[in-house]
Amino acid sequence: MMKNTSFNPKGNRTIGNRLQEACECTVQSSKDRCNSLTSGHRACQGCGEALGARWVVDAAMKAAKGKLLVVNATGCLEVFSTPYPETAWQVPWVHSLFGNAPAVATGVAAAMRVKGKGDVRVLAQGGDGSTTDIGFGCLSGMFERNDDVLYVCYDNQAYMNTGVQRSSATPPTASTATTPSMGHEPGNVFGTGKNLPLLAMAHQIPYVATASLSDTRDLEAKVERAMSFSGARYLHVLVPCPLGWGYVPNDTIRLSRLAVQCGLFPLFEAEDGEVTSATKICEPCPVEDYLKPQKRFANLFKGDKKSDKRLAQMQAIADANIRRFDLLGDEENCK
Amino acid sequence: MKPFATVLEAGTSLTNKTGSWRIERPSYVNRLPPCNKACPAGENIQEWLSLVEQEKYEDAWREIVKHNPMPAIMGRVCYHPCENACNRVVVDNPVGINSVEQFLGDMAIREGWYFAPAAKSSGKKVLVIGAGPAGLSAAHHLAQLGHKVTIKESQKKAGGMMRYGIPQYRLARKVLDAEIKRIVKQGVDLQLGTKVSDLNVLMKEESFEAVFLSVGAGKARTTPFPTEKDTRVFDAVSVLRDMEGKDKPDLGKRVAVYGGGNAALDVARTAKRLGAKDVTIIYRRNREKMPAHDFEVEEALEEKIEINFLSTIKSYQGKKITLEKMALDKSGFPQPTGKTERMEADCVVLALGQGVDAELFDGVDALKMEKGIIPVDEQMMTAQEGVFAGGDMVSSFRNVTISIGHGKKAARCMDAWLRGQKGASSKKHDLASSDRLNTWYYEKAPRRNRKLADPAQRTDSFDEVIKGLSQTDALSEARRCLSCGNCFECDNCYGVCPDNAIKKLGKGKGFEINYDYCKGCGLCVAECPCGAMEMTPEEN
Amino acid sequence: MLKQVEGSRAVAEVVALCRPEVVCAYPITPQTHIVEGLGELVKAGHVENCDYINVESEFAALSVAIGASAAGARAYTATSSQGLLFMAEAVFNAAGMGLPIVMTLGNRAIGAPINIWNDHSDAMSMRDAGWIQLFAENNQEAADLHIQAFRIAEELSCPVMVCVDGFILTHAVEEVDVPTQEQVDAFVPPFEPVQVLDIKAPVSIGTLVGPDAFTEVRYLDHKKQLRAYDVINNVSRAFKKAFGREAGGMIRTYHVDDAKTIIVAMGSVIGTLKDMVDEKREQGQKIGLVSICSFRPFPSKEIQEVLQKAKHIIVLEKSLASGQGGVMSAHVKLSIDKKIPVTTLIAGLGGRPIPKKSLSDFVESMEKGTHGELHFLDLDHAVVERELAAFEQEKGRGR
Repeated sequence: MMKNTSFNPKGNRTIGNRLQEACECTVQSSKDRCNSLTSGHRACQGCGEALGARWVVDAAMKAAKGKLLVVNATGCLEVFSTPYPETAWQVPWVHSLFGNAPAVATGVAAAMRVKGKGDVRVLAQGGDGSTTDIGFGCLSGMFERNDDVLYVCYDNQAYMNTGVQRSSATPPTASTATTPSMGHEPGNVFGTGKNLPLLAMAHQIPYVATASLSDTRDLEAKVERAMSFSGARYLHVLVPCPLGWGYVPNDTIRLSRLAVQCGLFPLFEAEDGEVTSATKICEPCPVEDYLKPQKRFANLFKGDKKSDKRLAQMQAIADANIRRFDLLGDEENCK
Repeated sequence: MKPFATVLEAGTSLTNKTGSWRIERPSYVNRLPPCNKACPAGENIQEWLSLVEQEKYEDAWREIVKHNPMPAIMGRVCYHPCENACNRVVVDNPVGINSVEQFLGDMAIREGWYFAPAAKSSGKKVLVIGAGPAGLSAAHHLAQLGHKVTIKESQKKAGGMMRYGIPQYRLARKVLDAEIKRIVKQGVDLQLGTKVSDLNVLMKEESFEAVFLSVGAGKARTTPFPTEKDTRVFDAVSVLRDMEGKDKPDLGKRVAVYGGGNAALDVARTAKRLGAKDVTIIYRRNREKMPAHDFEVEEALEEKIEINFLSTIKSYQGKKITLEKMALDKSGFPQPTGKTERMEADCVVLALGQGVDAELFDGVDALKMEKGIIPVDEQMMTAQEGVFAGGDMVSSFRNVTISIGHGKKAARCMDAWLRGQKGASSKKHDLASSDRLNTWYYEKAPRRNRKLADPAQRTDSFDEVIKGLSQTDALSEARRCLSCGNCFECDNCYGVCPDNAIKKLGKGKGFEINYDYCKGCGLCVAECPCGAMEMTPEEN
Repeated sequence: MLKQVEGSRAVAEVVALCRPEVVCAYPITPQTHIVEGLGELVKAGHVENCDYINVESEFAALSVAIGASAAGARAYTATSSQGLLFMAEAVFNAAGMGLPIVMTLGNRAIGAPINIWNDHSDAMSMRDAGWIQLFAENNQEAADLHIQAFRIAEELSCPVMVCVDGFILTHAVEEVDVPTQEQVDAFVPPFEPVQVLDIKAPVSIGTLVGPDAFTEVRYLDHKKQLRAYDVINNVSRAFKKAFGREAGGMIRTYHVDDAKTIIVAMGSVIGTLKDMVDEKREQGQKIGLVSICSFRPFPSKEIQEVLQKAKHIIVLEKSLASGQGGVMSAHVKLSIDKKIPVTTLIAGLGGRPIPKKSLSDFVESMEKGTHGELHFLDLDHAVVERELAAFEQEKGRGR
């Protein structure tokens, strides 16, 4: 979802623009952004999660007019941001366990409600491990109760904090420490994994969206939209991990973009269980463009028949997404 | 007692200086935009587009005239190599730089913007011979540098090829007059109808300390095929020159133009406007090899001018032209095929190129022609001390923009020479080539083209064919500029730093990298849309 | 006001009077009637500003309480047995974060084999989680301990588990004096957290602590438990002053001054034991009883003082540390002079009744010296010996 702006070119997809009114720009372009996650944290160079978290929480802070409490699941984000005696968080923040962030957030939201501070909003966040695996029970509970929490999953597609082990968000063929690619054998297998955004939609919660680091404006617009609802909301953000995916750190945003453009990571929004919008792909590319720069997918590029077949299967997944969400842009929606 | 593990007492991660992790450091750089590199006049196009973008039109115009004093003219007649170099072609199509220049030039005439006289007089007298684009450009820059400039022009009016070579439908004379007037108005002594016979004598008599020669290349090449006494053969230079006189040339109803350059097209289109019914251009190679600019060919075809490609004139006798058909060999060179064709024409106009009229320099030994041009050194100086030259007479690449660039460069070198120095060649930044850009951030935006007059009607008069852009369109075009190689404060670096290590200093002030925290991931550099950042290895 | 009520109802009514702000409920036998009662009271509007949340698991129940407490709300939940184990990670976490949550534990055995009846293995499994663990002797005390628990928890920033024997208390209808709202309000001041998620003063709660400071954190946890001795006793004294009856404290004693044999136990079995002591005393036996109310912190000092003159100590406990013996008896042994013999009496596992006669017989036979250090009350020897013999036989066949 692009912010509709009358402003014409000179990089109108950039984060800011000196000619644009502050109100038309992103939160990230503002000198007054809250920098919810500030300097000195210990995330790796080029960490997608660190970047995604600041974008999301800053945008949520703005939407909540500074009245925001953050609940964090165990994981990279929690570990690199708060090694005693330092914290990189400049917002009220609580961490309890790996699998209970949604429930803790429910409790925080309940506390605000009973104390008559309903204007204080709650954001819970975690990685794909805590969201799709260990915390899924709590998340599902939070969803079905429609608790007033925005839950954000920063999906880097494996347990990165513990050393890159497979999660239910790990894509097929990806090599991880627990699904290693050996010789010509691929890593993770086909036909596994779960699609959390679709599962969230099945709970009929008011708002579900996917976002990536490819487009700040789109991501922030979704956070803003999410914050305009009360009840349970879910935002699934793809955050590349240089270490776990095996690529050079300055590729974090490019890979986020390629993931979207090749169709493997569709960007869409859903309200009350129905898809309401999908971001059209205007610069389509084969999955190869996205997969090849990542070492975890090296098994797809062995040049033999088997790896070619696997690559074709990956393309088929992307094609299925493109069909399912009607992602291919035409002249009209790709001006 | 506070529960110890629960609350962090005043601990902030800011005490952890992650800058020590860095092995490469990002920094801001300026790179030379390709438009600027391509501009023969050396205009800082990006800068003035950026001023237009901010709707600072007069500032934009003043930025142009630092390099080129005739934006309204150039906005019409320049072949805009800048647009051919424009990186925007990677996104959609090049920025309409030329049209924005015309818009600014026209606005300046309308608003009556003029040049402020030089702040300080140098007390030196300099002479410019020839009031064509090079001479006028030199005069302007010399005047701006505080010199007392005299221009001596042999024709009755100033403008050189701009007046006597470019048809009015491409350049309205009121525009030409206005921009010349503005140059003169800053204190330049323009002497018209003055032919210089002996340069050295003149310089002594009128105590000029330096001179700039820019007499152009107005001598037509001779007829290359047999004719009869009463056949009518003209040359393009004369036809176009005579268009400025009282009696317009009489070319007849059927006109053949021989040649494939821009002059051929100018003459052909002029003939059409003079009432010729059938105008045919005869050219020995094909359309791809034609030196004339494609848009001019296109416009000519729209005006129902025929082009007979792969043909040479073997003879023109009576009203009959015998053509020989040509074929291109492997190297693209035309070779005769022996096949002939016939056609009829009331006249043939030759447009086969022009040479420098060498008579002017007969008395000066140092001014000897070499390969049809007057040789000059790096400083635009001829073999004679203090005598500089530029424009068509020093180069085989001839167009108005190159001449304007020569005028500027020569003026600066003359100024340096007069002060006993050498004109410094300014050091250029590395080129902002398109591979330096991250074009994802630029959304497609259709180019706003200038409107053309209806082909059916435009041949009825000499009114300008191309109409200027509206202010909205000019603004939109300016905003299409990618700002290659130079920061335009898009905030990307500030936004994409996962370590919050970039400080935004505010409008017009750019950004500052906080190396205490920058881990050197390089995201800012990778996501800089315009290639205004770079990574360099840390020492140690 | 005196009422004839089920223990669970009494607990529910008293918890409601303590003005919890967030109540998290997930059903498990035998705790169900407590959360049902609270649900009804909240819905009926008897608890102002209270959010009653039906969650999807015990893990979520305590997690919601953790969130609520960290955000400054008085939070309450209840569970039993498997439920406690399912929330185990959060149990430790709540204590580590110093959150004053109050939880009722309707004590029940842990499976397998699955068993819904009472013993103390659930509470014992969490004995080192950093919670204060209080055990109720009867329904009146079960109710009263909750009033004290909120005050203790909030004074210490430490969670409190009130252990109420499943079925025996939770489902027993007895006369209970349920205090008035005014009485409870006067005793339990509004919750003022020492640290809280606050938009005006952002703090990071629950950060990562490495080897450089983890020992200190644990040391301070221990100190907090030690400080709780005074707090628990003070609150108990204050309670007696305000409500006119005994409840809570570290331990309570019964005829210990001249006792040669002293039985140590906790929870609802105390009632039976008192009856037995009375009987024995009538027969002239010098027997006494210690009721442990606070298992965490463990009343080592009180135990040592009370037991120092005893000739024999019997620790009756409703849990078993397989391979070791008694949990509580190990604690008692560490607290007293090593010369005093201690017999561990495992009783009431999985809801096995503890008849007064069995107890009496055991005390009698023990005095004759016919028992070892570890004894299982009313063990069906025929069954276990048959099984053991079968096992030996299987082993002989090389299986």
